Amino acid sequence: MIPDEYLQTFVVECRELLEQMEEALLIVEQAADDPEIINAIFRAAHTIKGSAGMFGIDPIVVFTHAAESVLDRVRSGDIAMSSVLAALFIEAHDHLSVLINHVAEDSHPASEIDSHGKSLIKQLEAYLGEAVADQPDHSGEMPVVHQSKLEREQSDEVGTDLWHLSLRFGVDVFRNGMDPFSFVRCLSSLGSIVQLVTLIDAIPVTEEMDPESCYLGFEISFSSDADKLAIESVFNFVRSDCFIRILPPRSKASEYQRLILELPEQEMRLGEILVKCGTLTPEELENILRFQSEHGDAPQRPIGEVLVEQQLVSPPVVEAALEKQKQINDHKKSEANLIRVDAEKLDELINLVGELIIAGAGTNLIARRAGMADLMESTATLSRLVEEVRDSALALRMVQIGGTFNRFQRVVRDVSKELGKDIDLVISGAETELDKTVVEKIGDPLTHLVRNSMDHGIEPAELRIARGKPAKGTLRLNAYHDAGSIVIEVSDDGGGLNKEKILGKAIERGLVAESANLTDKEIYNLIFEAGFSTADAVSNLSGRGVGMDVVRRNIQALRGTIDLDSVEGQGSTIRIRLPLTLAIIDGFMVGVGKAAYVIPLDMVVECIELRAWASDEGDGQYLNLRGEVLPYRRLRDHFDMEGERVQRENVVVVRYGEHKAGLVVDKLMGEFQTVIKPLGKLFKGEKSIGGFTILGSGEVALIVDVPGLMGQIEHERGMGEMTVAMAAK
Amino acid sequence: MANVKNKNQQSGRLVIEGELTIYTAMELKDKLLTGLSTTEELELDLSGVGEFDAAGLQLLVMIKQEAADLGKVLRFTGHSPVVLDLLDLSGLAGFFGDPLLFVYKPTHEGKST
Repeated sequence: MIPDEYLQTFVVECRELLEQMEEALLIVEQAADDPEIINAIFRAAHTIKGSAGMFGIDPIVVFTHAAESVLDRVRSGDIAMSSVLAALFIEAHDHLSVLINHVAEDSHPASEIDSHGKSLIKQLEAYLGEAVADQPDHSGEMPVVHQSKLEREQSDEVGTDLWHLSLRFGVDVFRNGMDPFSFVRCLSSLGSIVQLVTLIDAIPVTEEMDPESCYLGFEISFSSDADKLAIESVFNFVRSDCFIRILPPRSKASEYQRLILELPEQEMRLGEILVKCGTLTPEELENILRFQSEHGDAPQRPIGEVLVEQQLVSPPVVEAALEKQKQINDHKKSEANLIRVDAEKLDELINLVGELIIAGAGTNLIARRAGMADLMESTATLSRLVEEVRDSALALRMVQIGGTFNRFQRVVRDVSKELGKDIDLVISGAETELDKTVVEKIGDPLTHLVRNSMDHGIEPAELRIARGKPAKGTLRLNAYHDAGSIVIEVSDDGGGLNKEKILGKAIERGLVAESANLTDKEIYNLIFEAGFSTADAVSNLSGRGVGMDVVRRNIQALRGTIDLDSVEGQGSTIRIRLPLTLAIIDGFMVGVGKAAYVIPLDMVVECIELRAWASDEGDGQYLNLRGEVLPYRRLRDHFDMEGERVQRENVVVVRYGEHKAGLVVDKLMGEFQTVIKPLGKLFKGEKSIGGFTILGSGEVALIVDVPGLMGQIEHERGMGEMTVAMAAK
Repeated sequence: MANVKNKNQQSGRLVIEGELTIYTAMELKDKLLTGLSTTEELELDLSGVGEFDAAGLQLLVMIKQEAADLGKVLRFTGHSPVVLDLLDLSGLAGFFGDPLLFVYKPTHEGKST
């Protein structure tokens, strides 16, 4: 029935709302109640209920309604927000996301989820205080015989076995996303509708009728074994802006009489309706009406007065409804600045921009070859514009990492409860932006790292106190931009890594030679090696079967790197370095022999002439760059290319993280916008090539993967540290 | 107006397709009123109504009443299953007074009143 794309939007929106809700709940759980935040939670719940109602997804409506009612009471100050209640809401939030996932997958929740929901509703309702206290618990669905509870005078009884329901819907029922008939249908699940009269009397004359307002009312006679509460609960969602009267079977005549008085329609008309409904027989009606005129007190009031009274009652209701409407509008307004775009469309745009860059480069080349100054000038302008287009297209894909970070509030809360540790999460650099695809893929590895840090990094409170640290552990998530990449840090103030243990284990596992002379950093990074993960109680950061090697593999798949710093007794920091984007980069093109290579421009520090800086032979592995040791490598050698070295070799100094290195090339060809095309599977093993790109001339240039290249050099160098030490002298 | 009446049998016909719900109520109100204003006898073809809710029902009531006030003839024909369903539920079939039985044989044109 519901078009798929709407449902999709619904799911996406609900998930967003749930995220906001979770965030707010976690704040509330920590601190005292801030009305702003509680309002935010309420609004989220309200919107979810509203849109679920629009789609007729009843389980969500029912559940959210329970939560919303409690929230409403909290908002009005009737119930104080406590951490216990917040925790309950967090559970409710989780249940809701489960329900929404089911909607997304178009599947039906299992019965245990259902019963979990019911028990949550019950817990929530317990907060509604007296509203529930004096009502019998009806969740058991056992039909409660209600007769005994109602005192009535036998003589006066109306002889019907039917319930009578009078409903007058509020004008905003449609706008609140509800269809009066859906309640009628819902009612049918409790019993059978004997007769239903739709009241259309309230529909105003044509000009005044607002087709989006609801003017309907129902008089229903209804046969059911359910109790009054169950019937009432059908109308839970409209109770606030509706007039609802439910008369049980065999109610006193005077009750019908009161009903007739209460209803906005004229009494004769109503009487007819009641008769038509089969609730009253004509004789009974006559009796009631006569009774009314005979007994001079309340019933004697002119019907007009009752109507006025009715109207007096309505303004606040209408106002409340209007206010609600306004709130929703305000909310909508702030969202109106955002457009939801299909990620695929964005990808397509970026692809096209990529093609545009390549085509532009081709035009540039032709212009230069033709030597037409005018044309060259115009292509220069063109390429500047294309560059801008590229930047803004890429910026479209950039999202702040804060959203991802905030998810960890919850992870930290849950895990610290689970572990019985008191841990604070401190987030910084949340506004740092990075590519959406990267953000999506960074979540899992980050979760592993955060959990590991909490589990094995941060010590139990007693130990912390013994070590003179505050009992409360701190976990930090930080992000910042650095040299064309984004750096994400997970740090804790826990026990740090035990070098000896790690080294010992690594030697035992044959990962390093016994005689190996490793720096601290190299030792720490051993924990990322495959085969290290299954070890338990080796280091403070292992165990759980969550391999750090898996984390590293995930990061590397994103063309990123990971490393670790640790100070024993003071904590450790894991640093993930990721490229900002996966699609287009500014490149620096160099030539080696006949081939062209592209080095990501962000990583290029400077270009120097080899002969001017290298010590006399110019053949070693290091050169002295203004007193700094700079290892270098000839690309010609590295890629095993044939041909003679050129007279004037150049060195491109690149930096990645804390490492600097020189790449010796034949020619410097200048900056070049590069659309990264991935290499085929065949080249998977090649670490030093990150991809390729198509030049304007149609030729192919390989993109140097600087981190990969550095890693490879380091790997080949073997006992590197010693050589460095010597070269430094 | 009088001359319209002469040829209204065919021209006074409006087809509602797709949703007759809260989502379309606003535009349909205008459409219906315009449709009614140009003719003395209007036939509203509901056979293409795929979705029908209380707002739609309300709209039909409104236009029916408006027609009655103006002394015009308004007929609903070809009620689609969703329309029938809700009319049945609401008990308003009598109010509209249209020959519903034609709907059960959708091949007939519901005109011969």
